[in-house]
Amino acid sequence: MTTSLTDVASSDTALRAFLHGLPGVDRVGADQRAAMLGTRSIKTTAKAQAIDLAISMVDLTTLEGADTAGKVRAMCTKAVRPGGDAPKVAAVCVYPDLVPVAVEALGGAGVKVASVATAFPSGRSSLEVKVGETAAAVAAGADEIDMVIDRGAFLSGRYMKVYEEIVAVKAACGAAHLKVILETGELATYDNVRRASWLAMLAGADFIKTSTGKVSPAATPPVTLIMLEAVRDFRDATGRQVGVKPAGGIRTTKDAIKKLVLVNETAGDDWLTPEWFRLGASSLLNDLLMQRQKLATGRYAGPDYFTLD
Amino acid sequence: MAIFEYAPAPESRDVVDIKPSYGLFINGEFADGSGTPFKTINPATEEKLAEVATASSDDVDRAVQAARKAFGVWSALPGAERAKYLFRIARIIQERARELAVLESLDNGKPIRESRDVDVPLVAAHFFYYAGWADKLAYAGLGGTRPLGVAGQVIPWNFPLLMLAWKIAPALACGNTVVLKPAETTPLTALAFADICRQADLPPGVVNIVTGAGETGAAVVGHPDVNKVAFTGSTEVGRIIARAVAGTDKKLTLELGGKAANIVFEDAAVDQAVEGIVNGIFFNQGHVCCAGSRLLVQESVHEEVLESLRRRLSTLRLGDPLDKNTDIGAINSAEQLAKIRSLSDLGESEGAQRWSPACELPDKGFWFPPTVFTGVAQSHSIARDEIFGPVLSVLTFRTPAEAVEKANNTPYGLSAGIWTEKGSRILWMADRLRAGVVWANTFNKFDPASPFGGYKESGYGREGGLHGLEAYLDV
Repeated sequence: MTTSLTDVASSDTALRAFLHGLPGVDRVGADQRAAMLGTRSIKTTAKAQAIDLAISMVDLTTLEGADTAGKVRAMCTKAVRPGGDAPKVAAVCVYPDLVPVAVEALGGAGVKVASVATAFPSGRSSLEVKVGETAAAVAAGADEIDMVIDRGAFLSGRYMKVYEEIVAVKAACGAAHLKVILETGELATYDNVRRASWLAMLAGADFIKTSTGKVSPAATPPVTLIMLEAVRDFRDATGRQVGVKPAGGIRTTKDAIKKLVLVNETAGDDWLTPEWFRLGASSLLNDLLMQRQKLATGRYAGPDYFTLD
Repeated sequence: MAIFEYAPAPESRDVVDIKPSYGLFINGEFADGSGTPFKTINPATEEKLAEVATASSDDVDRAVQAARKAFGVWSALPGAERAKYLFRIARIIQERARELAVLESLDNGKPIRESRDVDVPLVAAHFFYYAGWADKLAYAGLGGTRPLGVAGQVIPWNFPLLMLAWKIAPALACGNTVVLKPAETTPLTALAFADICRQADLPPGVVNIVTGAGETGAAVVGHPDVNKVAFTGSTEVGRIIARAVAGTDKKLTLELGGKAANIVFEDAAVDQAVEGIVNGIFFNQGHVCCAGSRLLVQESVHEEVLESLRRRLSTLRLGDPLDKNTDIGAINSAEQLAKIRSLSDLGESEGAQRWSPACELPDKGFWFPPTVFTGVAQSHSIARDEIFGPVLSVLTFRTPAEAVEKANNTPYGLSAGIWTEKGSRILWMADRLRAGVVWANTFNKFDPASPFGGYKESGYGREGGLHGLEAYLDV
């Protein structure tokens, strides 16, 4: 980190001054830019390439109260072999208690295990509980932790509290990668999205993630755009690269390709890999597979030709 | 090679049916012209698209007579009846939107994304908007509801169909009839519009389209039976027209050149400001009279803004105007390209630093890369002369007062842009900028309800909105 940023989190005042000193985001302009990039026409070879890239970036997710070992095993099987010669997905994302099931089911297949933690999705618990839950998930074999920030603290201007929680959770992660969920739908303004992105990156996030998937709106194109600008600018300022994960509401191939276009024309090539960009989704995978087959054969197969796991 | 290359995504040309030759549209019929026909080409490939008739002064006279005859019928119609025709035209434009967009991109060279998402929707919006006024003129508060008579209108090549709409929609709504001359490099959408008039069963003679070059335009403007002249184009030609009209009782509106300042303050939303700079000068290859061709950036953020701008420009996609992913299309003509080249070379020889992103230009056609000049001073030609191309001159300022001073220090006064997150500064600046349109945290944003026009050498009169009615009413 460059010297200019080392003192940013030295006090609540300094942190606040830094975050409020970031350039603002004009909502109208950001919406327009995202909408314009949404008109990019991705066809034929570019579409085939984008679909496979998108599949390889999927964090295949199940986060239900009704999740069971059986459900998670089935999803893991699909994650490794989505169908045909499609590439495997990047990771599966589950609740902490199901991490051991996922680890066992995936074996050494090269698909990562991500676990939500820190009293997901609300984050309304004590720091001890959050750190404990994180440590337990990592001990159970999670490669990646998806934590939520304390939106209450953020919205009431207690940035240091949010920062310190991220630092503590990051410490509990050890070697595991930390994705920090901003829950942009609750932050409401684009200025807040930019500030929260920087806050998370300053605190050590390996990834910044839009949403839990439990709040709407979730991973909208403008929010994804602003977070991509943030990681781009953060690398320029510090030399450290941080990944981005839009999650929630990405259901169709079109949605996914629009996200890739945003990456391509905002952050650039360095982010166009599963190491630096993920798509948090569940039903998206089948649509990607369906479009993939359509491109290869020229025909759509019905939904029954794609497994529901 | 980039990781994610977009495959070509060309819009189909099949939606347009370009005839080998076109005549003049006079009194509801297509007729041959007496002058020597000229060809119109696709500036992206230099292929010939069609032969187009040249209207002689006799042809123009026939067109004006047809318009005069139609004026009696048209002006006597109740406003609500005229509105029906305008609404019908607007709907047909929407129905034929794809065809019009492709035709516009072929003839003009602008990217299909712009003709499809900006030009054609705005054209329809203008007809819808003025259709709404046709039966409400008494409530416009302009002190009169009577039309002027025959309007002679001459329009440029940068937004061929949109400029036609700006001219024809208010004229017709107020009860005037028109003789319109499109630019000689872009006549095709005006001729398609003639077909739309027929499709809408518009009474013959209400709209007449005469094609040709400068002489035809002079005949339209100089015709003694024309009551109103409306011109959009260069300041140079505007002067000639003003001279020709002086001493007659013709009403005149001129919408001429510009050298707009796009002013970026240190507290601006940088990413959106950069988008605004790009949109300000590279929209439509900079062939925009209100283009933000002078970037005034506060010295404290100069480097930062320039760096972001350069990075952004390197993502611009230049090429086939019909490709849906193209951002920068072709320069409209060889003549315009030569002008842009010579003014850019002059900028370099006067000492400004020239920069363009790495960008491959097609072999055929007329192309110019997006270009940024830094180290530009007020005294440089590129800071004063209108280039009308994708060329941005970057200057700096220190205080709001200096920004205003520099922005106003130009013979033009068509538009200006302000980028700041501070609302009070926007109002302070807008009060002091001598420009017909001041955009705040946006640029090149058009709406039929908003009046448009200039100060000083950028012309006089307003088009669009309620103010746009005034130019076509006897008030």
